[in-house]
Amino acid sequence: MAHDAGYAPDTLVTAATSETRLSRVVLTIVALGFVALFLLLPLATVFIEAFRKGAAEFFTALGDPETFAAIRLTLLVAGIAVPLNLVFGVAAAWAIAKFEFKGKAFLTTLIDLPFSVSPVISGLVFVLLFSSHSLLGPILQSYGIQILFAVPGLVLATVFVTFPFVARELIPLMQEQGTADEEAALSLGATGWQTFWHVTLPNIKWGLLYGVLLCNARAMGEFGAVSVVSGHIRGQTNTMPLQVEILYNEYNFVAAFAVAALLALLALVTLVLKTALELRYSDEIAASRRH
Amino acid sequence: MISMAARSSTRWRFRQPSVIPGFGLALGVTLAWLTIIVLIPLSGLLWRSSGLGWSKFVELALDERTVNALTISFGTAFIAAVVNLVFGVLLAWVLVRYRFPGKRVIDAMVDLPFALPTAVAGIALTTLYAPNGWIGSLLAPLGIKIAFTPAGIVVALIFVGLPFVVRTVQPIMEEIDKEVEEAAATLGATRFQTISRVLLPGLLPAGLTGFALAFARGVGEYGSVIFIAGNLPYVSEIAPLLIVIRLEEFNYPAATAIAAVMLLLSFMMLLVINVIQAWSRRRYGYGA
Amino acid sequence: MEVRVQNIRKEFGRFPALEDVSLDIRSGELIALLGPSGSGKTTLLRLVAGLESPTEGTIFFGDEDASKKTVQERNIGFVFQHYALFRHMTVLDNVAFGLKVRPAKRRPAAADIRRRALDLLELVQLSGLEKRYPAQLSGGQRQRVALARAMAVEPNVLLLDEPFGALDAQVRKELRRWLREIHDRTGHTTIFVTHDQEEALELADRVVVMSKGAIEQVGTPDEIYDHPVSPFVYGFIGQSNCLDVTLANGEIWHEDRPIGLRAGNEPDGAAALYFRPHDVELIDGCGGCLAGLVTASRRVAGTRHLELDLGRTHPPVEIELPPERAASTDHTRIAFRPTRWKLFRKGGRKEAPPIEAEAPVLAATGT
Repeated sequence: MAHDAGYAPDTLVTAATSETRLSRVVLTIVALGFVALFLLLPLATVFIEAFRKGAAEFFTALGDPETFAAIRLTLLVAGIAVPLNLVFGVAAAWAIAKFEFKGKAFLTTLIDLPFSVSPVISGLVFVLLFSSHSLLGPILQSYGIQILFAVPGLVLATVFVTFPFVARELIPLMQEQGTADEEAALSLGATGWQTFWHVTLPNIKWGLLYGVLLCNARAMGEFGAVSVVSGHIRGQTNTMPLQVEILYNEYNFVAAFAVAALLALLALVTLVLKTALELRYSDEIAASRRH
Repeated sequence: MISMAARSSTRWRFRQPSVIPGFGLALGVTLAWLTIIVLIPLSGLLWRSSGLGWSKFVELALDERTVNALTISFGTAFIAAVVNLVFGVLLAWVLVRYRFPGKRVIDAMVDLPFALPTAVAGIALTTLYAPNGWIGSLLAPLGIKIAFTPAGIVVALIFVGLPFVVRTVQPIMEEIDKEVEEAAATLGATRFQTISRVLLPGLLPAGLTGFALAFARGVGEYGSVIFIAGNLPYVSEIAPLLIVIRLEEFNYPAATAIAAVMLLLSFMMLLVINVIQAWSRRRYGYGA
Repeated sequence: MEVRVQNIRKEFGRFPALEDVSLDIRSGELIALLGPSGSGKTTLLRLVAGLESPTEGTIFFGDEDASKKTVQERNIGFVFQHYALFRHMTVLDNVAFGLKVRPAKRRPAAADIRRRALDLLELVQLSGLEKRYPAQLSGGQRQRVALARAMAVEPNVLLLDEPFGALDAQVRKELRRWLREIHDRTGHTTIFVTHDQEEALELADRVVVMSKGAIEQVGTPDEIYDHPVSPFVYGFIGQSNCLDVTLANGEIWHEDRPIGLRAGNEPDGAAALYFRPHDVELIDGCGGCLAGLVTASRRVAGTRHLELDLGRTHPPVEIELPPERAASTDHTRIAFRPTRWKLFRKGGRKEAPPIEAEAPVLAATGT
């Protein structure tokens, strides 16, 4: 199973910088076994359970109006949250990567903050902010604005948890690229916007796409945060992951796994695109291995 | 030149001069968005918990069920992070050093937990490790129960945390200078000695960082855990779930208190990571 | 310890890196492997170390066949180009590593290991830095730690791969002299690889000149410089000029006239004449000589370098003269004759060309 990592097959040399063939095989099998047990089997289970009763059941489950509403809601929430964080990410990266200013390191830490907060807490903060016991909630309610248990709440929670993705990808990339290109464009008479559109953006487009991809995957798959703010109103505030939970808890396993399979498919597409970007544009993606 | 440098070093300056435009706009958008989305909500949480008053806060935080939930969250996250440290380093090693068919696919699959929604992972793991599942049914005759016990929580957290260790260690491993291994061999070290005394200690900072990231993620994890945990109070009820339960009871003070404690502990972990990195960079000239 | 390399051949895939190389190294010798990149010098060093295995051939350490042993068993000291220090260990732990990893039977007591490491650090003039980490040292200091670490195991042979390659010129020169001192004091058989001829000639007892996977010449620095045995060595070591000449009746002709040098009993035919820029004399009135137009003149320290155009077909010839002899030679025509030179016959590429005996002093020809 394991092959030599490209050395001449001379036994003495192998002993100097590589393990014996036997240990290589054993280590590979153990590592792959671990991957199979914890990553591959769960993934396979999703699809197997979804089609357990055949393709017809699968599609019937997806055709359910509530499930359909969940899919639409997920697309809507991601469709709002991702562009917002895209704009923010580019702005943050521009400020942090192209300029030197006091407090830059602190700002970078703040941007990473949502990653170190439990999703449930991410939802909780909005509940505390907008619930009827809070300062803001009653005021907004008097104007007929409903945040919690409605789309705005879902969007806010999603924006919070996906906040760092684009910025995090772009900052190291743009720092690496420096400011020479922009200075050249400006010296040739380009305006700031022209410089951004024609010089900076082409340089960062693959990195940007990479960040958007990860941001979108998380936005569509987020569970904990949206679960707290959603209120679980069927057909209205249930996103796909929440719909999975409801169906599963009702022992409607085929339907639960059918929706799960759609989400798993999204994850696989994300992984494929992500890997393709890493392979083809590795120079134009900065923290390709970090998250 | 000289007078400029002298001036900038003596006079406090918010930002270094630059010909690049758009600083005000970019920083403005960044700060506004950051304030609205992150800072106000988070400070709302802190404000609420400080509003509880110290004695009330302590009382809520030391509630038996709360302490149990926190212990379970941190304990299972710790165990899962240890498992991930061991197998993550091994997996990274195999991916960096060995060739085998399908290696690229496996490498890509390591990121699956980042991409797969946690709820999906949760129901899939539960189905697998339940007593009638593929793996659970193999273990059941041995008297081993995974799903609906704390062991199930560990399994879910292993799934969630694995990429953190692999992806922190892998790039450092790729940069290992072959000369260093050869140097150890010329000095008479066996392969085992080279790995255990030279290579692994060199990976320690990266490993610890990956461990801390996996641990922090595990502590806060919710979606993948609640399905498999069984959620028995005092036994397999995690802290994030208890927050949700308190919220559903409209017991906001309790939810706030638990969240504050978790945040505090998470930030301490973040601090530890940064200290490790800074220490390592200062001492060894490399971080993770 | 004496090291003998016998008929070593090494291929990487299909690419031959070394072809039938044999070399005897005496105990206590300091040997330089010198050659351009790709000449196989590093491969030879790594074969001696056991970091590579030969495709064919054997390597003896003393009377023992070392090629049967792994790198760990050979007990060599290897200093890597980029030092390869263990970054997470202190200087002291780096030096002590080779002793600490020995099996319990052969491992000295901890106190002895420590003492030995400290002694070595004193030898390489790093006392007081034992608690530092490699990242806290300068390049030169790291190099010295690497050397101390390699010497700690009392190696059969000390192998250094471009030991000064990563250092700047100033430090290089210092370390070079210092390495020679260390060698003279410790007496380890030492082989080092370099592409810097100055380094090889200044430092080594004997120099092995390599090219294209084969040894061109082995000799003392004087032999290598004064008596190069092949056009490659002549061209690679020091400055030299090469002229296409023809032999006729024992006389050497350049283009259409004899240049006043005799070639003994050589058969007639084409040959290449090699001589060094400083091995020439100017002559007045040319009966048999080389003559050319001065196209450039540069004063370099104590000598003047002249570039001469000998005719359209040749790259310019460079000669060096004492400045007073060449004071007013700009754009004038001067006549000269090599005082030391060497002929290489042109023929089949591979077969060794018959080599014309060298004329150490002026080969006199009347005018």
